[in-house]
Amino acid sequence: MTTDYYLPKSAFQDFLERLRFDGYEVHGPMVRDHTIVYGPLDSAAQLPVGQHDQQSPGTYRMTAHAAAATTYWFGWANGPQALKPYVFAARETLWQADQPDGHRLQFTQTLPQARPKAILGVRACDLAALAIHDQHFLDSDNPDPHYHRRRADLFLIAVNCSHPAATCFCAATGDGPRAEAFHDLALTELATGFVVTVGSERGDNLVRTLRLAAAAAEQVTAAAQVTEHARSTQTRNLPEYDLPDRLMSLLHDPHWQDVAQRCLACGNCTAVCPTCFCYRERTDTAVDLRRSTQYREWDTCFNQGHSYMHGITVRSETSFRYRQWLTHKFAIWHEQFGRSGCVGCGRCISWCPVGIDVTVELNALCG
Amino acid sequence: MPYVGDAMINADLPQEAEVIERVQETHSVFNLRLMFTNEEVRQQYSFEPGQFNMVYLYGIGEVPISIVSDPMDGHMLDHAIRAVGRVTKGLARLKAGDRIGLRGPFGRGWPLRLAQGCDVVVITGGLGCAPVISVVNYIIQRRERFGHLTIMQGVKLPADLIWRDKYELWSKAPDTQVFLAADADDKNWPWHVGQVTELFDGMVITENTIVMMCGPEGMMRACIHELHKRQVADERIYLSMERNMQCGVGRCGHCQFGAHFICRQGPVFSLAAVRSLLGEKGF
Repeated sequence: MTTDYYLPKSAFQDFLERLRFDGYEVHGPMVRDHTIVYGPLDSAAQLPVGQHDQQSPGTYRMTAHAAAATTYWFGWANGPQALKPYVFAARETLWQADQPDGHRLQFTQTLPQARPKAILGVRACDLAALAIHDQHFLDSDNPDPHYHRRRADLFLIAVNCSHPAATCFCAATGDGPRAEAFHDLALTELATGFVVTVGSERGDNLVRTLRLAAAAAEQVTAAAQVTEHARSTQTRNLPEYDLPDRLMSLLHDPHWQDVAQRCLACGNCTAVCPTCFCYRERTDTAVDLRRSTQYREWDTCFNQGHSYMHGITVRSETSFRYRQWLTHKFAIWHEQFGRSGCVGCGRCISWCPVGIDVTVELNALCG
Repeated sequence: MPYVGDAMINADLPQEAEVIERVQETHSVFNLRLMFTNEEVRQQYSFEPGQFNMVYLYGIGEVPISIVSDPMDGHMLDHAIRAVGRVTKGLARLKAGDRIGLRGPFGRGWPLRLAQGCDVVVITGGLGCAPVISVVNYIIQRRERFGHLTIMQGVKLPADLIWRDKYELWSKAPDTQVFLAADADDKNWPWHVGQVTELFDGMVITENTIVMMCGPEGMMRACIHELHKRQVADERIYLSMERNMQCGVGRCGHCQFGAHFICRQGPVFSLAAVRSLLGEKGF
């Protein structure tokens, strides 16, 4: 059995300094614009200490924890971002075309200059989503060079969830609340420190460099109770049917129209979804016509243009688009990636402006 | 798959190509004959009939266009293009000597190795379906390797038929039959007036038949119905599918059809692979 270590909160700043010394730009969670987002982290004081996120269909609110014995640093579930913006930029240049003499064309690929980053406070659901994105962008005849650059040298420090939001259902998808894979280190927060589980050789090296003491047996037990408790507080569930077959047998169910009555086709769900990967390419040309830039930006299957081809919009109606999204996530995804496209983070529920709840819709359809 | 030799041709970056010739085929369809300007790229590039390139018009954008020339055509790459959108209308204004960008080739082409020795039925509908023209050309050029060849095309208006002279030439090739149908009559239309599906009874269909088709999905489904009546198995029916395509390498998500990215696993599929969602509105 591998040893767990103990990182006292008093030594947390040293931990951050060590990551910086090892060449990582450290990013971590912080409160900005009334949500928890990831950003450059200089000090533990920037963490959302004592903060909690109240989430429900269509709602996300930051609140302070009620006075309690422990002031949690990571006593929140998740913000809108996941790891997606770090590896799959919301907008980035792919290549440039130059026309130096007004006739000949020169093409130059523009790859991101990514510095090694250590990201602190990653959730188990988001690690599961990252594994899917790795599969999509890298496990291909043509691996994505942009994604590859951003993905290489990410040092991932998970923090196991202690306070899932009401919208969370990672226990139902099997992706959390405890980080089991794809991290370098996984931390579980206790009152005065963190139990640290090593997930990679790089993580092991860091723990040895920091000379962390082994966690005591009661600390390990307490950490297990934290994630067990987090699991037990989750109430949302997915239907127990074999979802892929069941969903694909319901393509003409009247419920799609019912959802379409409420869905604004805004694409918020796909923007916050950590596994959605669609992007569109755009061409941006300088006014003097000497340079043209090809860039990509996140797209959504809820856009009319997503399915457009020479005068035909394949998914002309919102019901088709919601059905495309839901059947892709919960049915077709299995055939493409060997698992469901949902990691149970619940973001699409909270960030939907009209509060459409994917677990409710699935149960209504398949129940 | 797409790249032969080492990866000098970058699937993510266009290469400069020159317009060698531009031919107006019908009022809206034109053919661009292109050649890479870089000698090494010309040497490295190879494609199969049914594959496509992303054609880039400087400052405007890229569009997926299937390659209609013969793979042995000495580095000349023909692209039959219908001027319908922003990019294709701009491409229509190009002239010989102009420079454009090309990325490709992408996707999987027609099962031409599997089809060797088989009777081949090629069915197309709509406005001159470029992906199958490449197949017909390929077979006509290598006539002895294939069995009986049936070419079937349906158009709305007689004027929509592109390469009319080619069809006349093909009909004279050995062991080859051409069936043409137009929905509307015209005094210059010597062939069938009506639906293409009405022509199946005159066709040679054997156990050894392999079908390749392309066109509007409604037409393809109607033809599949006729083929099934004649005991042609799904595994012997191939079709070229089309959806919005932007990246060409199965990443951007637009061409998803069921579990397939049409740009990568297609555009040519056996019917068995796509049957479950074919004709399902909204997919």
